[in-house]
Amino acid sequence: MTSSPQKRIYFDHSATTRVLPEVLDEMTPYFLSKFGNASTIHSFGREARIAVEEARKRVAALINAEPQEIVFTSGGTESNNLAVKGVAMYKGKMKGHVITSAVEHHAVLEPCDYLKRFGFEVTVLPVSSEGLIDPGDVERAIRNDTVLISIMTANNETGTIQPIRDIAKIANSKGVPFHTDAVQAIGKLAIDARADNIDLLSMSAHKFHGPKGIGALYVKRGTKIEPILQGGGQERGLRSSTENVPGIVGFGKASEIAKRDMERTCQKMKILRDKIIKRVPEMVPNSYVNGHKILRLVNNAHLRFDFIEGEGLILDLDLKGIAASTGSACSTGSLEPSHVLLALGISNEQARGSLRITLGRENTEEEVDYLLQVLPGVVSKLREISPFSQGSPMTPGGGESCVQ
Amino acid sequence: MYSDKVMHHFTNPHNVGEIPDADGIGKVGNPQCGDVMWLYIKVKDDIITDIKFKTFGCGAAIATSSMITDLARGKTLEEAKKISRQDVADSLDGLPPQKMHCSNLAADALREAIKDYESKRAAKGT
Repeated sequence: MTSSPQKRIYFDHSATTRVLPEVLDEMTPYFLSKFGNASTIHSFGREARIAVEEARKRVAALINAEPQEIVFTSGGTESNNLAVKGVAMYKGKMKGHVITSAVEHHAVLEPCDYLKRFGFEVTVLPVSSEGLIDPGDVERAIRNDTVLISIMTANNETGTIQPIRDIAKIANSKGVPFHTDAVQAIGKLAIDARADNIDLLSMSAHKFHGPKGIGALYVKRGTKIEPILQGGGQERGLRSSTENVPGIVGFGKASEIAKRDMERTCQKMKILRDKIIKRVPEMVPNSYVNGHKILRLVNNAHLRFDFIEGEGLILDLDLKGIAASTGSACSTGSLEPSHVLLALGISNEQARGSLRITLGRENTEEEVDYLLQVLPGVVSKLREISPFSQGSPMTPGGGESCVQ
Repeated sequence: MYSDKVMHHFTNPHNVGEIPDADGIGKVGNPQCGDVMWLYIKVKDDIITDIKFKTFGCGAAIATSSMITDLARGKTLEEAKKISRQDVADSLDGLPPQKMHCSNLAADALREAIKDYESKRAAKGT
């Protein structure tokens, strides 16, 4: 009954997604026959240039931006780096103040840390136990020398959706540029960059069925920003490097599909997601849902189980054909639990028992039912091995001290 | 990432459990920042006659716990004390480098259990 299914089940769509066949079909000619460099003027270059500009329109349409406000990059990490460093260090500035949050992706937190080396100051705002940032905290943190506010649209681990409209409005009224890392939100939340007062927004194609290695930064017209890569001056000087034409074409197609299907796919994923976050705590004692119950991405079920460690869960589920992920320590090679879960006030030892299920448009109810069928057994098996239980709590001082 | 042997011991760990009347118990690790292993031994005539474990930790932590119970059972205390973290890793056909702390834990837990047994015996004055 719980033997491995013939088919593997993919529940790790926040890590990456499958390229849809119709996306790949549009990309293929730009590898094989229309392989020109989009910056050249012969017919090969011209057909590549046309494809790049068509894709730019499709990406812009997804977030209600102008095509010329889309700067293609290599992905979410580069977009975040460009936004943070390119705005803060505009015209060689080496001081100022940046506001961000404790639950941002490392691709925002690390560039902010990098800025500190040059004399910038960074305010890292806390979040509530459900992972929410208080817009009032943002307002109170703004100083005369604040050069950038960077708050993610939705969290990559817990899926918690931040009040970015309120935060952007505050930033706008104070004249501070507002950047949002929307990598996880694109395709799952309707975003209107113009109406929502967003100045900069990071996107990544592979999170919504486009190819890896391509992303974009939306830069609102008039935003003061300079490049972090110097070179041939592509992308209006903001991102030098020969355009990744097949990637850009795939990104464009994935954007078109995301916009076209968003309502339908979100509705479907939400039903499945709700089934998981309702059923698991009912079926498994001492299990919890991390993050906000309502303000969360439609595809995210982030669960936590007392007394066990996440990697075992992932390995056992994998043996049963289910691919999921954990934010916990040992699996990533360090013993630090996820900074996101710790920011929610979850203790180190509890954070380590977390499981992230992220659905995609192609997941089915049968797949979710199979997960619900095998998960309780997997948890029980690991709990039988664990020294901890209801009667033997995970006391922090239970063993030797934490020596590095 | 893991060898077949690690996966075998993770999937079907040997000697899971507690020994209620254990002669020695070794508890190592801290759930806040690492893995935790509790190891129980029964000793007769300086030989480890029974050994069981309970572990909170990653796949490698569970596999190394299982492996050390196999390595230590039937050994004299002196032989058992010589089992090193490298021995545990080698018996599992190797561990990923970042997991070596886990196998370190298993050998430590065994030594702690033996130490516990020896100090109890000394206290009894036998």
